[in-house]
Amino acid sequence: MKPAAFEYVVADSVEMAVASLAQAGGDAKIIAGGQSLVPMLNFRLLRPSVLVDINRIPGLAHVREDGNVVRVGALTRHHQLETSPVIAAHFPVLREAMAHVAHLAIRNRGTIGGSLSHADPAAELPMMAMLLDAELRIVSSAATRTVAARDFFRDALSVDLAEDEIVTEIVLPKLPPNTGWGFEEVARRSGDFALAAVAMTLALSDGRIAQARIAMTGVAPTARRVAEAERLLIGQRLDDGVGSDVIEAVRAAAEPPTDLHASSDYRRHLVGVLAARALAAAWSRA
Amino acid sequence: MSTREIAVTVNGAVQRHAVEPRLLLSDFLRGTLGLTGTHIGCEHGVCGACTVLLDGDSVRACLMFAVQADGCRVETVESLGRIGALNPLQQSFHEHHALQCGFCTPGMLMTATDLLKKYPLASDDEIRGGLSGNLCRCTGYEHIVAAIRAVKERT
Repeated sequence: MKPAAFEYVVADSVEMAVASLAQAGGDAKIIAGGQSLVPMLNFRLLRPSVLVDINRIPGLAHVREDGNVVRVGALTRHHQLETSPVIAAHFPVLREAMAHVAHLAIRNRGTIGGSLSHADPAAELPMMAMLLDAELRIVSSAATRTVAARDFFRDALSVDLAEDEIVTEIVLPKLPPNTGWGFEEVARRSGDFALAAVAMTLALSDGRIAQARIAMTGVAPTARRVAEAERLLIGQRLDDGVGSDVIEAVRAAAEPPTDLHASSDYRRHLVGVLAARALAAAWSRA
Repeated sequence: MSTREIAVTVNGAVQRHAVEPRLLLSDFLRGTLGLTGTHIGCEHGVCGACTVLLDGDSVRACLMFAVQADGCRVETVESLGRIGALNPLQQSFHEHHALQCGFCTPGMLMTATDLLKKYPLASDDEIRGGLSGNLCRCTGYEHIVAAIRAVKERT
């Protein structure tokens, strides 16, 4: 399994990367960590004429506090997120999620920008971007724009990114005080993509849930938030017995596929079980 | 066929070659440099047999191109030790019978080298989790875990 030939461009700036993309007119791919792209090239599922390597662009691999947000450069490697003190301090739920992303050798190389742009329907990072209300900064040769994670993921492996655009930064708003979190995933083997996973945050005010965020992956063409389940939690205490309605809302929002790893019914059942565990964990930590 | 000049420091020696951009790092190491210690199993990042260190971090050599390693340091299993002068991890694999057919062993060794550097590996569960990206078709995992645990306990 060897890739078809391609022209290789090493971009030393974002400007050069997007100019190369524009020049190739849709027949170019960006290579960042390459942990999803190179298998597709090796299988010749993709045969781009041009590969634009962004690994040598300086200034794209930061994790930095900036007032009420944390800014994460698109080239930040998964292992960097996993071990970042800033992430551990502000987004323990993301730190937990990173331990579930593939294996060390993949995490050493894979990037957050690449994972979000690739948008595997069972990957963790698109779910975490949805959960944390991330905003993506996107640059083309013509303009710079910002898109919310919830508008970015369109379908399996399909995102709101034009042929000449590149994600440069992910902006994560800090969580409110008294926020508890839960993260639950089941995969066939450690490090595999999720059969189903749920991530959740609950912010309390006067002992009641003031803000609830529930995201899931592996059970629909894209990662999803479950607005109905979130709504049910507002103003509640967990011991009010709201849990079973929330779990049913999560299951109702799932459209899980059947494949050789698990049936649709199994995944729907599983995502409810995981939501119940994540809810209990988030409540106990809030 | 256009080629590109690269200079990669492999196991301490600078290697200068003109390579096609599509040449995988794994094929560069084995085919161009003759370093056949790095094994190729799946060629899509699943089996871990081709794991090497890139600037000190473990990576899949089948998931990057040789041109991307231009200016970088690469360490392969050949860097660890030699027959008669095994490094402590290799010696421990030897003592614990941590290899059967030996195909996965280079990847196991390079992965374990990075795991020992980055994680506490306080429990067998943690060692197993760390090794989960490396497949041993002989299924001899027990002894591999024991070999790594022994190195951890000695340090």
